[in-house]
Amino acid sequence: MNNEAMTSFDFSSLGAILPELFLAVAGLVLLVAGVLRGDKSTNFIGGAVIWCLGIAAFILIGLEWDRVSILNGMFVMDPFAGFMKVLVIGGLIASVALSMQYLHQDYIARFEYPILVLFSGIGMMLMISAHDMLALYVGLELQSLALYVLASIRRDHIKSAESGMKYFVLGAISSGILLFGISLLYGYAGTTNFAILGDTLSHNMSLGVIIGLVFVLAGVAFKISAVPFHMWTPDVYEGAPASVTALFAIVPKVAAMALLIRLLFEPFAALQSEWFQIIWFIALASMVLGAFAGLAQNNIKRLMAYSSIGNMGYALIGVAASGAMGITAVIVYLAIYMAMTAGVFGVILCMRRDGNAVENIDDLAGLSKNAPKLAYILAILMFSMAGIPPLAGFFGKFLIFQSAVESGLYTLAILGIISSVVAAYYYLRIIKVMFFDEPADKFDAEISLSRKLVIGLSVIGVIFFIVNPSPLIDQSRIAASSLFSGLDDVATPDTAENNTQ
Amino acid sequence: MEFFDIGLSHYLTLAAMLFTLGVFGIFLNRKNVIIILMCIELMLLAVNINFVAFSAHLGDLTGQVFTLFILTVAAAEAAIGLAILVVFFRNKGSIAVEDISSMKG
Repeated sequence: MNNEAMTSFDFSSLGAILPELFLAVAGLVLLVAGVLRGDKSTNFIGGAVIWCLGIAAFILIGLEWDRVSILNGMFVMDPFAGFMKVLVIGGLIASVALSMQYLHQDYIARFEYPILVLFSGIGMMLMISAHDMLALYVGLELQSLALYVLASIRRDHIKSAESGMKYFVLGAISSGILLFGISLLYGYAGTTNFAILGDTLSHNMSLGVIIGLVFVLAGVAFKISAVPFHMWTPDVYEGAPASVTALFAIVPKVAAMALLIRLLFEPFAALQSEWFQIIWFIALASMVLGAFAGLAQNNIKRLMAYSSIGNMGYALIGVAASGAMGITAVIVYLAIYMAMTAGVFGVILCMRRDGNAVENIDDLAGLSKNAPKLAYILAILMFSMAGIPPLAGFFGKFLIFQSAVESGLYTLAILGIISSVVAAYYYLRIIKVMFFDEPADKFDAEISLSRKLVIGLSVIGVIFFIVNPSPLIDQSRIAASSLFSGLDDVATPDTAENNTQ
Repeated sequence: MEFFDIGLSHYLTLAAMLFTLGVFGIFLNRKNVIIILMCIELMLLAVNINFVAFSAHLGDLTGQVFTLFILTVAAAEAAIGLAILVVFFRNKGSIAVEDISSMKG
């Protein structure tokens, strides 16, 4: 970066950051509106947040997606960032639409709720586009601070407060670890900018840099709940209100995975032989733990926590396989995972009896007799999660394992398939409980239109993905290959693949 | 007076020691959540020492700018942490670490 670029600034260059700016202004305006009108405006603000996210998505899609770096190299826009942001915005809209009815039922209908979701969304979008350690840190914290509050938003409930407490303490430790790593990288490489960092690391690799890399990866692994740093996930998923759990499961991990991918293939591209071992291990450990620890669970939210740990393990296989193909597989996998999880949590949010939320798997018993539609929908989603062929979940796993085999990662591919067979047990067990067990009492019948819409879209996507999978896969391929072009001095896909051997 | 020449490595050692103290304080402390919050601050301040030391050593201002951001975010983080702690105390009537255990498995 030359001096001219450091000092010049004009407003036309802000185009690439327009969706984030729009959401930030909208969030502040809605905050004022909420303060003036109080908690009775929750529905209005929830709707407004959905509209604002929709408008932001439109602005984003209307932007040029060619690679451009603005704000002194702090912020980057490329097809990868654009596509991941579209996914994140879609997930945010789905989770707000799912939760509005639940907020009233569970007495947490505060106007702050949708606004906090919006702010965490801005944080995620900044993370995805971060091109400097400083931007990365600020985006990550904006996201995390909003999520800590959301986890403990049910103030009269001990489990919600406890989950917020655990999430906060472990999240703060992980930010501390991440920052320590960043400080070492800064000290030994002399910069925090991703582009310059990548350039410096390709010909100057000291021990300090590698220690910094390990710390940074540990901090990010916490955010995607990969295995040695997963301990918060089950407790937070169980304790947080179900609508917040839905948000946690659908969106933040996608953003954190995008951040991890950008870190590994831009600044740390030259350190591939070092980080490969770490990613290999956490991918394996996450898959195995997600599969085996889920077997003993009775709480469906806790089960989904272990399922998400396992799913992050599969996505990490694609990261370890690297190259445009591996990353394409990761993006497709994440998109399909988001769609399935949105549907599953839509059904979980419907699990209410006499006005109280119930969340044990046994409570689903005989659902096929009490509410056949819901039962068939959940069955389809569970088959998809288990990876049964004609459904979308199968194709996500297929692409991941294909990329692993082509990169020669046979151990990961074999153990991944074994653990996905083990995990199929707990998905199929839910189907068994719904269809073959003695019926339990009926669930409350009323389901809001927005929730029906999200569940419906999710199921349609899962079933009909096979009819025309190419739009998603093509878009993912364009997004993934944008990470590997234009970086010819750092790493090309070819050298990246050679290093993994 | 060679002994009193304080260089980069002294700052880095100090920061590493403070950071380790912070981490150990969180995991060894079995009494009080407030102590955990203090340990988190200690970790972040250790990182700040690292940044300022590197910044002075490299003659580059980025590290000091980073420090200001960390201080600001740490303040916001402490505010949220204490708020969550108050919510927890109202429900449980205690802030002992061993009482944060209603969920297991």
